[in-house]
Amino acid sequence: MKHRSHSEQHSGKRPRVPAAAASTSTSPQDGMEDKTPSNPRELTQNPLKKIWMPCKNGLPEKHISQRKVCMTNCPTLIVTVGLPARGKTYISKKLTRYLNWIGVPTREFNVGQYRREFVKIYKSFEFFRPDNEEGLKIRRQCASAALNDVRQYLTEEGGQVAVFDATNTTRERRETIIQFAEQNGFKVFFVESVCEDPDVIQENIVQVKLSSPDYANCNTEEAVEDFLKRIKCYENSYETLDEVLDRDLSYIKIMDVGQRYMVNRVLDHIQSRIVYYLMNIHITPRSIYLCRHGESELNVNGRIGGDSGLTPRGKAFGKKLSQFLETQGISDLKVWTSQMKRTIQTAEALNVPYEQWKVLNEIDAGVCEEMMYEEIQDHYPLEFALRDQDKYRYRYPKGESYEDLVQRLEPVIMELERQENVLVVCHQAVMRCLLAYFLDKTAEELPYLKCPLHTVLKLTPVAYGCKVESISLNVESVNTHRERPENVEVSRMSKEALLTVPAHQ
Amino acid sequence: MKSRLSQRRGSSVPQFTNSPTMIVMVGLPARGKTYIAKKLTRYLNWIGVTTKVFNVGQYRRDATRSYNSFEFFRPDNEEAMKIRKSCANAALKDVCDYFTRGLGQIVVFDATNTTLERREVILGFAEENGYKVFFVESICDDLEIIAQNIKQVKLSSPDYKDCDKEEAVADFLKRIECYKMTYIPLDDNKDRNLSYIKIFNVGSRYLVNRVQDHIQSRIVYYLMNIHVTPRSIYLSRHGESELNLSGRIGGDSGLSPGGAKFASALGTYMRDQCISDLKVWTSHMKRTIQTAEALGVPYEQWKALNEIDAGVCEDMTYEEIQEHYPEEFALRDQDKYRYRYPKGESYEDLVQRLEPVIMELERQENVLVICHQAVMRCLLAYFLNKTAHELPYLKCPLHTVLKLTPVAYGCKVESVFLNVEAVNTHRDKPVNVDVDREPAEALETVPDHI
Repeated sequence: MKHRSHSEQHSGKRPRVPAAAASTSTSPQDGMEDKTPSNPRELTQNPLKKIWMPCKNGLPEKHISQRKVCMTNCPTLIVTVGLPARGKTYISKKLTRYLNWIGVPTREFNVGQYRREFVKIYKSFEFFRPDNEEGLKIRRQCASAALNDVRQYLTEEGGQVAVFDATNTTRERRETIIQFAEQNGFKVFFVESVCEDPDVIQENIVQVKLSSPDYANCNTEEAVEDFLKRIKCYENSYETLDEVLDRDLSYIKIMDVGQRYMVNRVLDHIQSRIVYYLMNIHITPRSIYLCRHGESELNVNGRIGGDSGLTPRGKAFGKKLSQFLETQGISDLKVWTSQMKRTIQTAEALNVPYEQWKVLNEIDAGVCEEMMYEEIQDHYPLEFALRDQDKYRYRYPKGESYEDLVQRLEPVIMELERQENVLVVCHQAVMRCLLAYFLDKTAEELPYLKCPLHTVLKLTPVAYGCKVESISLNVESVNTHRERPENVEVSRMSKEALLTVPAHQ
Repeated sequence: MKSRLSQRRGSSVPQFTNSPTMIVMVGLPARGKTYIAKKLTRYLNWIGVTTKVFNVGQYRRDATRSYNSFEFFRPDNEEAMKIRKSCANAALKDVCDYFTRGLGQIVVFDATNTTLERREVILGFAEENGYKVFFVESICDDLEIIAQNIKQVKLSSPDYKDCDKEEAVADFLKRIECYKMTYIPLDDNKDRNLSYIKIFNVGSRYLVNRVQDHIQSRIVYYLMNIHVTPRSIYLSRHGESELNLSGRIGGDSGLSPGGAKFASALGTYMRDQCISDLKVWTSHMKRTIQTAEALGVPYEQWKALNEIDAGVCEDMTYEEIQEHYPEEFALRDQDKYRYRYPKGESYEDLVQRLEPVIMELERQENVLVICHQAVMRCLLAYFLNKTAHELPYLKCPLHTVLKLTPVAYGCKVESVFLNVEAVNTHRDKPVNVDVDREPAEALETVPDHI
């Protein structure tokens, strides 16, 4: 089967019939032209995500999308274009991280990586000389191997987007890729990075090339010299995406690290989102500080949610936070809070302007708001177990899931990308979501990330990732982190369910 | 009491415009500048950024007695040039007033602005006053599109009210020629320090230069998502629900028998519309999904389309709200747009939540959105350019489909009642909104229910 269909909406011209629905009477058809529906299907609510789905004989049917929006109706191949040291891998990794975080399965395929695995030892730039037949053969093979893996990822492993990270500087190479995509029913979107600023290029080389396996045994000067010669090898045959010749392709051309963009033929939602994201990121050095509000009254009582104020210790944290920020000596720090009392009280102690975001509010625990875990186990043992089974997707009755939180926080992430130095005073679940974005954590890891009270996480982008410094401000507080217990079965004993509940009053 | 309400204010999302911003249109006549200006203004106002369009052509019409012919626009017509310059200046002065009286955050300066000289004047003006400038240039050489523009919006212009069609078109084309002689587009090199977006051929290509801040980034994103392909958007609520029948708000109940009948009628109606490739969207709530199920076509569920969260008032009747939360009830009547239910949401919050829906609606073509009363009011307010004041009182009765079709600078609305009876759920603003009012006064406008 070419396309994965069980939880996708293929709402293009010819909606694909979900495999299991083939035998039911309400298979989707083109538009609304000549369909006479049978009786409306019964609905049942999925116990984990609280999503209403059609069912037959009490059992849920394979249902079409519960996704927030259909991103695209076929897999997308993003193809980077550009000379070495133009930020292609930086962009590829960052974009991949973002797409995965918002729930679009994405993987990057770095052709240089394939080359390193094949050639084992890098000798010099000579490998990249345009007249090096041996080298060209190997490079072509590596590109093919990578494309093969791309095909497998997009057609058999449930991937939706593949980022093909290579120079792809000739029209010929790009044509090969376009044909490959056409044969397999993938859409292609090119991301070209053009930069002539020698300072930027130098900085790139220093940040990510010197530490490359290729130069493991070189000193800095040798490495830089060799790399610059490597770039030269590509320059003569470089054919940039052209307004006229490539007018039918879909692409974004990023010029001078984002000062200018050329965007051509955006075809669908996912491409539109990718363009928006790429246009908002920057590489100006800065730090992002994440922390929770100070300890709250409900925290101390082991209760979740609610809108209580700070305890004396929580207030002390506010003061310590203010002192800490002063030592950081940050110019022009933006401070953001949620609209809940405890984060606002914390920010008040800083004596600086701050902005309130409703979307930074803690996860809505619905009917479980203000309960202790013991009470949840008492009143909703089934819910409690379901949550432990899939904490990321589990939605509280009349509340939210971590998955919902991520949706809600996307504008915050987008604005964090635009900004420079920011302190975000938020909540446990919210902080876990934001942290997962910066540290590229999976949906499985996200709900169990450790975000203790009275601890600031300082995130500083470096090379292809993010450096994290965890700073405890030395103010005592309760622990609010509940690990996943061993037994997550619905049939478990209360004791087993409550094994990992942290101590409280 | 006023202070209590202001405690509930504070919009959901921080406002990101510090300096006032001028969006300056650039382009030959009939390139869609006014279309873009009006649409962008409508969007910005809807998301809560106070914006106003200043159309210099309007100033020109007010200044001259009547329009004679394209000769007015000849570059060698000194008399006319004087008038045109003074109109631009008058408009700029009004822009200044608009910003300084603290009303607006954004102005859209809608004129051709096709010469370097004119743009210099604007840049100088903006610098003097501390305004940011963002140019939006529309470039189009597709003769068909231009002809279509002329037909749609120029023929009906006051300038041509006494002309027949052919005369008008001929004159307008000559008018365009006048501008062409002196048109200097934004230049990649010379204007590299300006902030702008160039839109080529109705959006097949864009060139974006030096986006300075959040609002410019949002504007670029919006402009890159809109299109002019003809299509229709159908807005409808779910069929009548059990809770509707008993006059209760919120909740997650299923359809009443009447509601189920509506769902079936909706299916018939949509089939008769004969739309190819219709997208159907619902919320995550049972009643919209049940309605969609009756259509027998694929649909997508959006959590963002869920009804407004009434917090502690969920599942209550208005009578019960008056009984348990009389002060809240009064505050809501005082400012229904900004009022947030305790542990719930406000209409203002709803708009923020719905912004991605609007963005995707702009990208899409034919869509049927099956949603809820408050949600539908917000979406409708966007398409029909209603103020925050009017929005919460827009009439969105059950069992009625609104078919919206973009036309000229706005939206045509067809209201189609599908002939299945339903309760009325519309509560008008009562006369007395004071906290100390009598229950009877508060409940005056509550619609009938079981």
